[in-house]
Amino acid sequence: MDRANLNSQLEHLQSKYVGTGHADTSKYEWGVNQARDTYASYIGHYPMISYFALAENESIARVKFNITEKMLQPCGPPPERRE
Amino acid sequence: MFLYNLTLQAPNAINQAILGNFSGAKPQELIVSHVSRIELLRPDTTTGKVHSVLSHEVFGVIRSLASFRLTGASKDFIVIGSDSGRIVILEYNPVKNVFEKVHQETFGKSGCRRIVPGQYLATDPKGRAVMIGSLEKQKLVYILNRDMAARLTIGSPLEAHKSHTIVHYCTGVDVGFENPIFACLEVDYTEADQDPTGEALKETEKMLTYYELDLGLNHVVRKWSEAVDPKSNMLLAVPGGTDGPSGVLVCSENYITYKHIGHATLTVPIPRRENPLEDKSRGLLIVSGVVHKMKNSFFLLLQSEEGDLYKVTIDYQGDTVNEIKIKYFDTVSVAAGLCILKSGFLFVASEFGNHHFYQFEKLGDDDDTPEYSSSDFMSDDGGRLETMVYFKPRPLENLLLVDELTSMSPLTDAKVLNLTDEDTPQIYALCGRGPRSTMRILRHGLEVTEMAVSPLPANPTAVWTTRLTADDLYDQYIIVSFSNATLVLSIGETVEEVTDTGFLATTPTIAVQQLGQDALLQIYPQGIRHIRANKQVTEWRAPGGRSIVRAATNRQQVVIALTGGELVYFEVDESGNLSESHVRREMTSNVTCLSIQPLPVGRRRVRFLAVGCDDNTVRILSLDATTCLEPLSMQAISAVPESLVMIDMPDQISEGSLSTLYLNIGLQNGVLLRTVLDQTTGQLSDTRTRFLGAKAVKLFELNMAGNPAVLALSSRPWLSYQMQSRIHLNPLSYETLEFATSFTSEQCLEGVVAIAGNALKIFTIEKFGQVFNETPIPLTYTPRRFVVNPVHKTIAIIETDHNTYSNQEKKKKLKALGFEQEEEEEALDPVVFGHTRSKPGQWASLIRIIDPIQATTTFQLELSQNEAALSVAVLNFAVEADQMFLAVGTAADLHLQPKSLSSGFIHIYKFVNEGRELELVHKTPVDEVPQALLHFQGRLLAGVGKALRIYDLGKRKLLRKCESRAIPTGIVTLHNQGGRIVIGDVQESIHYASYVASENKIVVFADDKAPRWITCSAMIDYDTVAAGDKFGNFFVSRLPANLSQEIDEDEAGSKSVGKGYLHGAAHKVDLVAHYHTGDILTSLAKTSFVAGGREMILYTSLMGGVGIFIPFQTKEDIDFFQTLEMHMRNEMPPLAGRDHLSYRGYHVPVKGTVDGDMCEQYNLLSGDKKRMIAEELDRTPAEIQKKIEDMRIRAI
Repeated sequence: MDRANLNSQLEHLQSKYVGTGHADTSKYEWGVNQARDTYASYIGHYPMISYFALAENESIARVKFNITEKMLQPCGPPPERRE
Repeated sequence: MFLYNLTLQAPNAINQAILGNFSGAKPQELIVSHVSRIELLRPDTTTGKVHSVLSHEVFGVIRSLASFRLTGASKDFIVIGSDSGRIVILEYNPVKNVFEKVHQETFGKSGCRRIVPGQYLATDPKGRAVMIGSLEKQKLVYILNRDMAARLTIGSPLEAHKSHTIVHYCTGVDVGFENPIFACLEVDYTEADQDPTGEALKETEKMLTYYELDLGLNHVVRKWSEAVDPKSNMLLAVPGGTDGPSGVLVCSENYITYKHIGHATLTVPIPRRENPLEDKSRGLLIVSGVVHKMKNSFFLLLQSEEGDLYKVTIDYQGDTVNEIKIKYFDTVSVAAGLCILKSGFLFVASEFGNHHFYQFEKLGDDDDTPEYSSSDFMSDDGGRLETMVYFKPRPLENLLLVDELTSMSPLTDAKVLNLTDEDTPQIYALCGRGPRSTMRILRHGLEVTEMAVSPLPANPTAVWTTRLTADDLYDQYIIVSFSNATLVLSIGETVEEVTDTGFLATTPTIAVQQLGQDALLQIYPQGIRHIRANKQVTEWRAPGGRSIVRAATNRQQVVIALTGGELVYFEVDESGNLSESHVRREMTSNVTCLSIQPLPVGRRRVRFLAVGCDDNTVRILSLDATTCLEPLSMQAISAVPESLVMIDMPDQISEGSLSTLYLNIGLQNGVLLRTVLDQTTGQLSDTRTRFLGAKAVKLFELNMAGNPAVLALSSRPWLSYQMQSRIHLNPLSYETLEFATSFTSEQCLEGVVAIAGNALKIFTIEKFGQVFNETPIPLTYTPRRFVVNPVHKTIAIIETDHNTYSNQEKKKKLKALGFEQEEEEEALDPVVFGHTRSKPGQWASLIRIIDPIQATTTFQLELSQNEAALSVAVLNFAVEADQMFLAVGTAADLHLQPKSLSSGFIHIYKFVNEGRELELVHKTPVDEVPQALLHFQGRLLAGVGKALRIYDLGKRKLLRKCESRAIPTGIVTLHNQGGRIVIGDVQESIHYASYVASENKIVVFADDKAPRWITCSAMIDYDTVAAGDKFGNFFVSRLPANLSQEIDEDEAGSKSVGKGYLHGAAHKVDLVAHYHTGDILTSLAKTSFVAGGREMILYTSLMGGVGIFIPFQTKEDIDFFQTLEMHMRNEMPPLAGRDHLSYRGYHVPVKGTVDGDMCEQYNLLSGDKKRMIAEELDRTPAEIQKKIEDMRIRAI
């Protein structure tokens, strides 16, 4: 398989699956993707989100709201870009 | 070790609830999802009771449910969004009582992923399309239609993706018959992800976006997008078309906003509770809502996170919306789903605790609760005014509670114990959250509702009920037989004795039967009395010197057994006379019991008579006119039969016929046999055996839930009944009964009248399928852990609530604010309204002692100084050996995220007053949170954060004797046997340590290969540990045998330390079994339910489930069940589209475990498939069913 084909396949994956890494993935991007994936999994698994709601003594809907809000910027603002 | 998993009580928390006409009939039904199980509930609008009709395990995570109905149809379909990467459309088939998969379309990978749809479902209110969305990016729209044969068709998916967008909510907008529109609440993070200054984040807006499905062009376009309140979380579609103005209500913190394309925005604040302690900076969130359409109007019911319901009405004219109004309605428990039935009921699926079913008494139209209108809160330029409005909460005024469905969720801890010295152990479970929490004592048995108890002058021997004519709906007489007399009671407004019935009162009675059209029959030792409607009596007398010992009757046929074993047969002839058959039959030994087949409607004669003899046999005789009393078959049994009952149960095994005839045999040694009686040959086959109790088993035919059932009385009453194509045999939670019979009256359609001692008892059984019956004890805060004082048999519970004012703190605060014990404040019952919310980092906590026999609280101690009790242990110290102590680990000023605390403490209490009360000995400060405590060789073993320490009792405080810091993250569970300690780490799985006494040190010598977030664990034997983790996995780890021995022989502990391996302990444990249960396990115990029965592992789960793992005993069984499971996966793929094997191996492949719930679905297969699998396994379907049933019986 030639290099161009491999690249195009990779690009296809990256556009299809959000969070697919590439050679220049920064630590920040990695962390953000991981956090968003994790939060999505928390929300999807109802027992898990109930577990949090129980610990925090909040309603499940409130915990879900908080987590979904956190998905916007889970790791703080991105670092300054170094040229 | 190879395990078989069975669910005893399926989790009953509800995460989704929808309403519809799923059977296609008029009454509305509910479908609820219990995460991995889908259940159809049918509310009975006359009695207000909710009945479970069908419950099906789908082996997947149901994340969303929606219903839709094609235009003009009368039946609703069900759409499931799950973790399967598939959209599944189900139809309920009311005839077969099953869910049928109509469509299953794959669109992505399986699992709860960020960009794979399944989290959100929205249907077009006219049933033309469905949108399935994920948390980020992807949304797919499927067009629903029907084909020529009026079958449902589903189009190929149309993409409505928008990348870099987080979705908060989706709903289908009601636009009548215009192009379907779906509204989504979205946030775009592109800018925020790129801007290091944080400015873009602040400018990021939450958008309400309309996606229009163009039915003509067959694609989806973004039609409209507008910014809404950044704290919005939910959308509710407002009725449109001819029913209303269309559009959506956007629910956000503190406000509700009406939005629609081309309409003015209207906003109204959400009224808040009047409470002097409220935190004004905290927004109020709407958590659930429902729209209810009536003939000419509609309203919405919204619920806040405090549980308050608000009624929202929209004032509109034509297309213009003038104002939206909101007012407080009532307060119920916080719901995961709300459904309003057309018949005027509200179903509240609570997020935690029992689910409730209310009836609307009023619609809150004409009370003095303040109503707020959007027109008062809008500034002139169309913006909203920032104000807070209030209401006064009050007890229910508009709703009336009519039924309750039990839910043990959240179940935080449980133990299996026999504290009350009963036949079988009880499960003690901590359930619920906050003020709604309870400790529930679960006993294996169906719940019995006692209707009446009436004492009689002497101890009766038997009781019957009878109708007077064949057409009567209800029983008219209760006949009670004593050892030398018979008493007849008439059932009317009251139950009273009658004497002019024609019954012979001076003799005991053997049997009573309503005979022919309108006659009665009394069989007594000396003869048979045939009482006609005009009270004319015909007597048949037993031949001289012999008496009647047993009798069996139905409405047309009578068989009696005389002393010595002679059978005489009678039949009702055309003129209504009882005529004796010319054939008699002499049995070779004494007859101990008789049973005649029940008479089907419209038939005059049945074919089979069963006779039990004291030579340990049961014989089947024919009652055909030509072969009268000829023997057909015979079965030898292990003991003398005591009682026989033949019943017809709806079909299970035999194909073709509608029902199967079962012969139930109760033996004198307490065993119940159930065999299938072949309807053509009379041969007996497929015998199932079960030991019921120490006394001889007496059997009675009853009618339960519309089907025939058998009540078996031994030292405990049992009921054998059919539910969802399986025959269940469950004990009743009731006292020992001597005799019973069915009882039907206007008030009580399926009752039982029974004899216990000298009392007559009338009771009913309602909650079928609930194998445990509960005794709740109310608690104050969320229970965390409990321990049992083994000497005094009392229970100590620790209860802790985050974010809550404790009682003392609340009083202090109120006083500081100038409120002196406000009366109304006191009147608000916390069970309904909850405790007053405080700030994060504030804790309310108490220690409680419960007496399990009285089921009451004997002592409670509220902790002060913002301490949270988190661990508890009962122990005795070597220095004071005969005194029982309670150790409680607490943390003061604990913040959860990021974790911080001012100090941890270990409290030591003394049990006083027979273990019913506590007395503080001292309090020892520690540096971290003590999450696990354990009694260890006369001292206290404590997991304090990462440190494992041994403490001894001192005069002023605990004395630290030994410490190990080899645990990586935090100790959450501790167990020990001898010198071996098993430690569960919050992230790093199980660690094995040994205590080296000579050097006074704890040496961690083995740990797990994989990280696991342990929630609970149990030591199964010296080398083996079973544990559960936060992701719902169950696993068993075992120390290699040679290693275990080596460690024990190594007294100095030098070898066991070894060299650390891979940043961990020197040795690694082996994984023996692994299995994904689908729910977070909260407790595990090795136990046995049946006295002297096999030991098994019992687990409880957070959503309220109870299940077991049974170890297999033979290799053959393992092979059999593994093969069966494999076939079941092929023949009955899970309903939600998830692959069974990958579900059970969600995070780690399944190991050493067979899914019994999957195997039990064998009963639901069609006859062909059953036979096909049976052939593959070289057995008959009946044998397979028996094997599956045996596994369950063995356990419980």
